[in-house]
Amino acid sequence: MYLATTGAAAATSGLTRGRVAGPVLALGTVSLVTDISSEMVTAVLPLYFVLQLGLSPLQFGFLDGLYNGVTALVRLLGGHAADRGGRHKLVAGTGYALSALSRLGLLLAGGGTAGIGAALAADRIGKGVRTAPRDALISLSSPPDELGRAFGVHRAMDTTGALLGPLAAFALLWATADAYDAVFVVSFCVGLLGVLLLIAFVPGRDALGPVAAAPTGPRVPLRTRITEPLRDAAFRRIMLAAALLGAATIGDSFVYLLLQKQLDFAVRWFPLLPLGTAAVYLLLAVPAGRLGDRIGRRVPFLLGHAALLAAYVLLLTVGDGIVLLAGVLGLVGVFYAATDGVLMALAGPALPAARRASGMALLQTGQALSRLLAAAGFGAAWTLWGSGPALVAAVVVLAAALAGAAALLPRTERRSSCS
Amino acid sequence: MTDRASAPAEGTAGKGPGGPSLRARVIAIVVATAVLATVAVVYTVSAARRAGSADTPSAFGLDRGQLYFRSTREGDGTGRVARLPAAPSARGAAAMSAEAAPAPDRRTTGGPACERFHAAGGTALCLQRRPGIPPAAYAVVLDGRLREKRRIALTGIPNRARVSASGRMLSWTMFATGDSYATTAFSTRTSILDTRTGYLIKNMEDIPLTLDGRRYHSPDVNYWGVTFARDDNRFYATVSTKGRTYLVEGDMRRWTARTLRENLECPSLSPDNTRLAFKKRVREGARDPWRLYVLDLRTMREHPVAERRSVDDQAAWLDDHTLAYALPGSGGKGSDIWTVPADGGAPALRVAGGSSPALVR
Repeated sequence: MYLATTGAAAATSGLTRGRVAGPVLALGTVSLVTDISSEMVTAVLPLYFVLQLGLSPLQFGFLDGLYNGVTALVRLLGGHAADRGGRHKLVAGTGYALSALSRLGLLLAGGGTAGIGAALAADRIGKGVRTAPRDALISLSSPPDELGRAFGVHRAMDTTGALLGPLAAFALLWATADAYDAVFVVSFCVGLLGVLLLIAFVPGRDALGPVAAAPTGPRVPLRTRITEPLRDAAFRRIMLAAALLGAATIGDSFVYLLLQKQLDFAVRWFPLLPLGTAAVYLLLAVPAGRLGDRIGRRVPFLLGHAALLAAYVLLLTVGDGIVLLAGVLGLVGVFYAATDGVLMALAGPALPAARRASGMALLQTGQALSRLLAAAGFGAAWTLWGSGPALVAAVVVLAAALAGAAALLPRTERRSSCS
Repeated sequence: MTDRASAPAEGTAGKGPGGPSLRARVIAIVVATAVLATVAVVYTVSAARRAGSADTPSAFGLDRGQLYFRSTREGDGTGRVARLPAAPSARGAAAMSAEAAPAPDRRTTGGPACERFHAAGGTALCLQRRPGIPPAAYAVVLDGRLREKRRIALTGIPNRARVSASGRMLSWTMFATGDSYATTAFSTRTSILDTRTGYLIKNMEDIPLTLDGRRYHSPDVNYWGVTFARDDNRFYATVSTKGRTYLVEGDMRRWTARTLRENLECPSLSPDNTRLAFKKRVREGARDPWRLYVLDLRTMREHPVAERRSVDDQAAWLDDHTLAYALPGSGGKGSDIWTVPADGGAPALRVAGGSSPALVR
């Protein structure tokens, strides 16, 4: 159990090497529990829509696309709100609570489209609001030279939750013969537990100290304050590199679709492909983070994207089914393990503590938007030229972006303004 | 290490100033976990009790003059096929007024458990799902006594099911989850089964397509909603590509398809094979996008039916003059089956708590 060790780990984290700070374990546990809750619902929503409510996936897809755009904005506001007065815990907690409550919204909405739309919006807003404050809390709770491992541990726990969620949901549907309301109720209970864990074990403003509170004058316009981290040259370079690489990432669903097209396995196994990737991510998140702590986070971040490049090349060249399947899933897993948390560990020290949540929000939003662009571009290329030429183009673009990012990323990243 | 000592992490999760002790917080979380776990378990157990067994044999077979549908009424037989004696005629003012106040529901429950159902000519098609890890889906072919003849494993979410008038040609559409390009798009897989030869086309998207008179190649074509003509060879379906939908006319023997018209989804051929009912997109976005239309295949003229609500279903012809389709149920629960005359006249509620209507003639 993480709970019992949390307090002890935190109390000694200042002295003992080899242990992750208590708040990181606490946040990891919160994320694990919350991800079980949210992935349960995500896994069954399309089924619920089409089979239970008789709605078309078009409506679901439409809302989903709409909210993804909204999330980007909400994320920036969440980061900004967290920095104001160091209210990371309050803002993150509000986000977690909003997502948990959205399950009750789904339950109460019955089949009403408006109610479902509102519940989905609440869930996405909650997710958008909480991410940047949470990552800022992780980085503020860990010494700068152990950030990689801290994020590795957090992401591994997070992914464990994401793996368990769909399994729990499908097991529930199986046990109750498709009682979707039971999935929503259980998801709500699990989500509420996540919020309570956050309240009980994650440090608030007092513990973070005055360093994390932004002394913001009321006269500076909001837009200026939100984009303030960009004035820092080192952060700007990281942001540019992340956006550049993001714009060369074609998206997992394409990778899985290409695998399915080439291997022609029974489509029934299609939903299991992301599980293979997640398992590799889970196993390698901590080692990749530690590697980053030792030799600098720039290297694993670039190597991770090189792994993605290798996955694209495999899709183009290898004909052997097993090698292709294991290789591509493994490499995409390596990509996530070496880039997701590592990017936050890379950016953390470049951001002053008082601006950390805003900066991380900017970085995440920039990356998400550029990935959206890349997915749309690849979709268009596939439609125009076919999958082969589109993939060749993706390889070329990613190789170029990789070279650009290698040039952009600062070699000396330790510029700690944290202490 | 000095860096570490001054790091803000120090003592963070310890006793916060004025906050409850760690011991108190652990106890509170343990208690909360117990309470929440109890709520979750009790709710799940009661939900599991609600569910009946889905594998019992059907209580009835396919008989003429019966309206078959999937029952979504709460309680007994939810999710299973039920049937009602069809009204003598759905045409004419007498029938209309009778349907304005629905007759007492004399449905017989206890058919096969299906997500989508259709039947004609002594053959029924039942699209099933079995929850599990991963969840499985099947197309089940049933004979005239609704006993299983063949079972085909599928993936995705069952969406459309059709049996040709003779009972020979079967077709179904599944929504594929997880492989849509952009978030607003979705992907479908449509299969065709010839029950006489046993020949199965798992995914019809390789059919050579002529679009606006030219041979068309694009990886993003999606087909759905197939409806067969009386000859069991000619068929109609929807194809979508690059954000547009088209009506296609297909030929089984020659295995070709050509587009006839744009903006037409889920065609359904009338019993006399002269008209197609379909849903037409009348509004962009996700809010009430469709209206139900009828297309005369001789004149290629179309007209909307009197139903003004957005219908997302492949309409079924009960006879040459009456269309049946599902709409979301009142109060947001399940769905109801409505009928509307194809040539003008008000829609009427036919079955409260039902979907997948099929009249066996």
